[in-house]
Amino acid sequence: MIGLDALGIAAAALPATVAIHHALDRAEATRWRNVGFWGVFAILLGAGPWLPDLLNGCLVLAMVGLATWGLRPSLVVSSDRPSSVRGGSWLFAPALALPAVTLAGTLLVPDGRIAGVALIDPKQVSLVALALGALVALLLAIRLTRPPATAPAAESRRLSDAVGWAMILPQMLAALGGVFAMAGVGKVVADGVTSVIALDTPLTATIAYCVGMALFTMVMGNAFAAFPIMTAGIGLPIVIHRFGGDPAAVAALGMLSGFCGTLMTPMAANFNIVPAAILELRDRFGVIRVQWPTALLLLVFNIAVLAACGFSGRIS
Amino acid sequence: MLVLSGIAIIIIGFALGVNPLLVVTVAAFASAAAAGFGPVEVIAMIGKAFVSSRFMAVAWLALPTIGLLERAGLRERARDVVRRLRGATTGRVLLGYMMLRQITAALGLTSLGGHVQMVRPIIAPMAEGAEERDEANPLDPETRDHIRAHAAAVDNIGVFFGEDVFIAIGSILLIRAILEQEGIIVAPLHVALWAIPTAIAALLVHGARLLMLDRRLKARRR
Repeated sequence: MIGLDALGIAAAALPATVAIHHALDRAEATRWRNVGFWGVFAILLGAGPWLPDLLNGCLVLAMVGLATWGLRPSLVVSSDRPSSVRGGSWLFAPALALPAVTLAGTLLVPDGRIAGVALIDPKQVSLVALALGALVALLLAIRLTRPPATAPAAESRRLSDAVGWAMILPQMLAALGGVFAMAGVGKVVADGVTSVIALDTPLTATIAYCVGMALFTMVMGNAFAAFPIMTAGIGLPIVIHRFGGDPAAVAALGMLSGFCGTLMTPMAANFNIVPAAILELRDRFGVIRVQWPTALLLLVFNIAVLAACGFSGRIS
Repeated sequence: MLVLSGIAIIIIGFALGVNPLLVVTVAAFASAAAAGFGPVEVIAMIGKAFVSSRFMAVAWLALPTIGLLERAGLRERARDVVRRLRGATTGRVLLGYMMLRQITAALGLTSLGGHVQMVRPIIAPMAEGAEERDEANPLDPETRDHIRAHAAAVDNIGVFFGEDVFIAIGSILLIRAILEQEGIIVAPLHVALWAIPTAIAALLVHGARLLMLDRRLKARRR
């Protein structure tokens, strides 16, 4: 059955290609650092599940060390940048084929069964569809632009170098989230919020819950990690049970307040820090800088909606 | 309280501009040490969590395609398409994309978009092209970065405040599961309805900010 292990091996193809491209680049001063970084990343993605946790951890630390030392890749210039646009509007086709195939796969094979055979792990269908979409799009792009044989690898390296260490940051933060959970950071934060604010009216309780969701999401980098803890700490006992808030409203607006937090934190790396690297911004926090005003206004709006409409008819 | 040292390290480290990978690693060791875990346990834990979140790396498989298309001139092409539309401005292009992203996400189609697949090759060049109409008069780096940051932001805001209107999305499933543990049964549709006011507010608030961006860009041009 196609599941997470197969997806990991597929995902490893990219860093492996990048590592090989660096290894063949004799002119690069930092060649072996880059080979090490991308090579280790490929090993972790492809072979990680079969290696002991401690070895995997040491490999992760090796990557962190190499990235801190400085990857400083030498620039690859696209071999022949065409002055005129070669494929015309057809160039959009492969770019749009990727989401189209992902979508089709997710909708057509929702349970992972093809012709009655359980072929794909039902939990991973959308990721398998995404990997397949990437393959289809790549073949389409090669067909359309007819690049020299070395171009796909060179282009993979060019973009991977541009993103650099940010590529592994989301996974590092997932690891940090696991360590925080193990160390009980969440409980300390939730207890802190409840002890600092006097929760004696529906309004203060609403503010504590929504602001708490946003703040805690900023710490954890993920509203899904914050939601169970804040809801168990404030949402259920106080907003819902003591003041009679509508559970659906409280939960929905609490989650959306968490999303406001996501827009304001570097901990949500794949939304805020990685795009800054993908778009080659000079300011690592550039995306957060344009997002926080909207996020704050929407947080206030969420609190207002919940306080004004979430307690209708049940207030004591 | 000492377990919070990890959070303090994150804030200080990010503020000082230390490599985030190093900051995150040190923070993990600090919080775990405060909770009584030894370094060997922490290393094993990091290794285990890193490997079990490897599904996150699948999205990068789009990079080779995007690179090849960029090499063939996709970004220039996206820029040209916008330049031919007279009424197109940076703010309007981004607002249009945000609405599209919000509506498709509200229908459960969250995979239509993304920073690698859509923003870098298509949306950001379009937003830049709307401002940089004249090849001989290129954008200054600050303006270019600002427009790009806005392009990344509309992708986030559109999907965040669209997806919760869809009843089968992960966050609504999580809400149901958590409330059910406490014996409270909520209908997914009921939760989704409560996401609609914020979805509309997000469109209005951020839409207004994008139109203000247009005015600021216009003022800068003079």
